[in-house]
Amino acid sequence: MANAHSDGANHGSVKSYAIGFILSVILTVIPFGLVMYPSLPKMTTLAIVLLFAVVQVVVHLVYFLHLDRSAAQRNNVTALVFAAMVIVLLVGLSLWIMFSIHTEMMAK
Amino acid sequence: MSNLATTAGHAHGHDHEHEEHHDAGETTVFGFWLYLMTDCILFASIFAVYAVLVNNVAGGPSGHDIFELPYVLGETALLLFSSITYGFAMLALFKGKKQQVLFWLAMTFLLGAGFIAMEINEFHLLISEGYGPSRSGFLSGFFTLVGTHGLHVTSGLIWMAIMMYQVQKNGLTSTNKTRLSCLSLFWHFLDVVWICVFTVVYLMGTL
Repeated sequence: MANAHSDGANHGSVKSYAIGFILSVILTVIPFGLVMYPSLPKMTTLAIVLLFAVVQVVVHLVYFLHLDRSAAQRNNVTALVFAAMVIVLLVGLSLWIMFSIHTEMMAK
Repeated sequence: MSNLATTAGHAHGHDHEHEEHHDAGETTVFGFWLYLMTDCILFASIFAVYAVLVNNVAGGPSGHDIFELPYVLGETALLLFSSITYGFAMLALFKGKKQQVLFWLAMTFLLGAGFIAMEINEFHLLISEGYGPSRSGFLSGFFTLVGTHGLHVTSGLIWMAIMMYQVQKNGLTSTNKTRLSCLSLFWHFLDVVWICVFTVVYLMGTL
């Protein structure tokens, strides 16, 4: 019943949901603020917006979806890592191909 | 296990089924997680399409012209609040408090419905201004991406309404727990997708 045990450990608590919520609010309001009231160079803003999105996804995975390094979550995390790899290849290579085509056609 | 056992008392009297249900429940939730991972890949494909099409405005508006960030911030707030209210529903579920579960599910439903209402309103305004999905490649990509997310949220709302009925009728049975756990994953997953949507579509589009 190793699984059953950790099933109990992964429900979260009011505290963990509150932490996740507060972090999410901060990680949402700052990028919206930076884009709505531009005060930094464009590339810096872009980098911050992307970084905050990645961090917020991780916050959601940890505090709302309760992913962690426990044995019971191993299968879930493995599936997630595999999906992330597929997504990076799918999106990255598609964009590489399509924008290369775009550039080549322009050059001609 | 102890969590299940405490509330199993409220359910019907067949103990051996609870054991089986529990293991089957875990497998079901894991299977649902695998489905969500494939759904991630579906969204990734649509994101890739959107990114390829985003500059093809065909003389029509670009994201910079049509996106209203304060409005999107409102949508984001509704979805984020609905994530935490669903979390509270799950906490109530594992404490075996049926009325609380129903209350938090209802709150989540209302917040989710508010999100969908705002999104429909946004789409309606764009289409009535002549900026429908057929206007340009960019708008096709935009409606497909945001619309697919909206359809997922709508499915989640229908599922949630059915779960409120089932919890009301049958109580917090182990079957209902499994279903609510799957819906929990689905609902939080949609919030994760929305983070990517508001970042890639709305923020990067306005920047």
